[in-house]
Amino acid sequence: MSLLSVQRLSKHFGGLVAVSNVSFNVEEGSVVGLIGPNGAGKTTIFNLITGIYPANSGTITFDGKSIQGLATHRIVAMGVARTYQTIRLFQNLPVLENILAGYHCRMKTGVLGAMLRTRRQRREEQRALAETIQVLEFVGLHDHGEQLAGNLSYGNQRLLEIGRALASHPRLLVLDEPAGGMNEQETTALIGLIRRLSDRGITTLLIEHDMSLVMRVCEQIIVLEYGCKIAEGTPEEIKKDPKVVEAYLGTEDEL
Amino acid sequence: MIRLDQRSITYLWYPIVAGVLASLPMFLNAYWVDVLNSVGLYAILGISLNLIVGHAGLFNLGHAAFYAVGAYTAAILNTKFQIPVMWLMPLCAIAAGSFALLIARPIIHLRGDYLCIVTIGVGEIVRIALINNIFGITGGANGIFGIGRPSVFGFVIRKPHEFFYLIWIFLAFTIFVFRRLEHSRFGRALNYLREDDVAAEGSGINVSHYKLAAFVVGAAWAGMAGNIFAAKMTTISPESFSFWESVLVFTLIILGGSGNNAGVLLGAFLIVGLPELFRDFANARMLVFGAAMVLMMIFRKGGILPAPQRKYKLAGVTGGQGEGRG
Repeated sequence: MSLLSVQRLSKHFGGLVAVSNVSFNVEEGSVVGLIGPNGAGKTTIFNLITGIYPANSGTITFDGKSIQGLATHRIVAMGVARTYQTIRLFQNLPVLENILAGYHCRMKTGVLGAMLRTRRQRREEQRALAETIQVLEFVGLHDHGEQLAGNLSYGNQRLLEIGRALASHPRLLVLDEPAGGMNEQETTALIGLIRRLSDRGITTLLIEHDMSLVMRVCEQIIVLEYGCKIAEGTPEEIKKDPKVVEAYLGTEDEL
Repeated sequence: MIRLDQRSITYLWYPIVAGVLASLPMFLNAYWVDVLNSVGLYAILGISLNLIVGHAGLFNLGHAAFYAVGAYTAAILNTKFQIPVMWLMPLCAIAAGSFALLIARPIIHLRGDYLCIVTIGVGEIVRIALINNIFGITGGANGIFGIGRPSVFGFVIRKPHEFFYLIWIFLAFTIFVFRRLEHSRFGRALNYLREDDVAAEGSGINVSHYKLAAFVVGAAWAGMAGNIFAAKMTTISPESFSFWESVLVFTLIILGGSGNNAGVLLGAFLIVGLPELFRDFANARMLVFGAAMVLMMIFRKGGILPAPQRKYKLAGVTGGQGEGRG
């Protein structure tokens, strides 16, 4: 059974059809890329998966359970975490607390526990801090813990967003243009990070315009155009697909 | 010589400040002690509103409504059933908290100015309902007379300097509790949704739950402040809970430092205490407030004492090697 299964998904905004009858599966442990020209509906699909808005028709199943119509925070708690195309960090809070935000859904203390500062609360805070440091080390930001997120470099902000998503212990990580605005060196580091995620058994679904990244890390690629799926396959198959070449990749020598 | 680190020095300040405050009533006459009582009450209100405005970033200009619910709960139950006011403390908190839950539930998804306008409306509705003697129990425009004095372990609190200790001890307790709240999962969640509620929800935080919780906790505390106010005045009327009260509490947070309790305390001194000091210039008060607010908005958006970053004790917390996880 696939970890994520999207079936006949459609979404329109007024008269504009953003996603039309799209179906695909994401297998556990794989790295899947979602590509296509601007306005093809990639981010809309991400927003539908993470419950930002409801679909008009179709089903989304995660780990055998329908996540259709659930609130975003519930979907995160089930194990789907995401990053954003335009970075959405808590700019005025330290890096540490940005990571702690992701771990929030794995903690339990409420208002009373915090007021009474119970033993369980203190232990939980300790565990959360330890977890946070682990995540920071994993994404390579351990020297920046106390800095404000807004003061990080662009590439590091992208890493921090992945770290925040990672802290929620996701089974499926949904990355929206993770290499956007990164230089070549940072992109290479990012590829390494995505591979290490994969080694840890985290499934990744990503949108990316950087074809070299997509071709290098993805095992399966889904191509969208005008809200419809026009192709699906391994990087080799996609590169050769005439429809994809025409719609998006351009001719062989341009690539 | 004993060497003190930064942390111990901070803790050393507490008994000194507490000692100075505790001895103040000995040097001041009843009038000035009463001014300090007002400062204390507004500080309690300010800290309770700070959770909503400063931490969760929800503009609430109707805090006087929750204050009123607490005060009237204490007044009605005390005068009708002779229940001692101090015993009514938890009940006032529950009444104001439930009222907040009831009214905030349908409006919590509103943002910024829209929420602000609705809270102004709520404040006015409560005030007008009180004037119209709703359910025949609020005493209309005259309010309620003859509220009993609070007693603590059989000691009845009557004089201003006795109230001083009640109010400032409750204020200290408030600071203690809210500090804990702010340095917890709950406090962080409020900050996340203030910074970016879409990202907060996307990180797994139940945004509407936390917005509601901020309202309920803040309102409950204002309800308890209302109880003390009712007991202190022995008579309450709707005019004590006007829109102006909400504005005053809001202003002292913005001026002092939103998200910082020390800032709120300073704000309470400046907004409530200073005008008493400069009685002669009472007419110029609004002018000075206005000018101060404009200058703050331009030069120091975080208030006089902006919120400091939370400190985490990282020493001793080891993450191990990143690869070893999961």
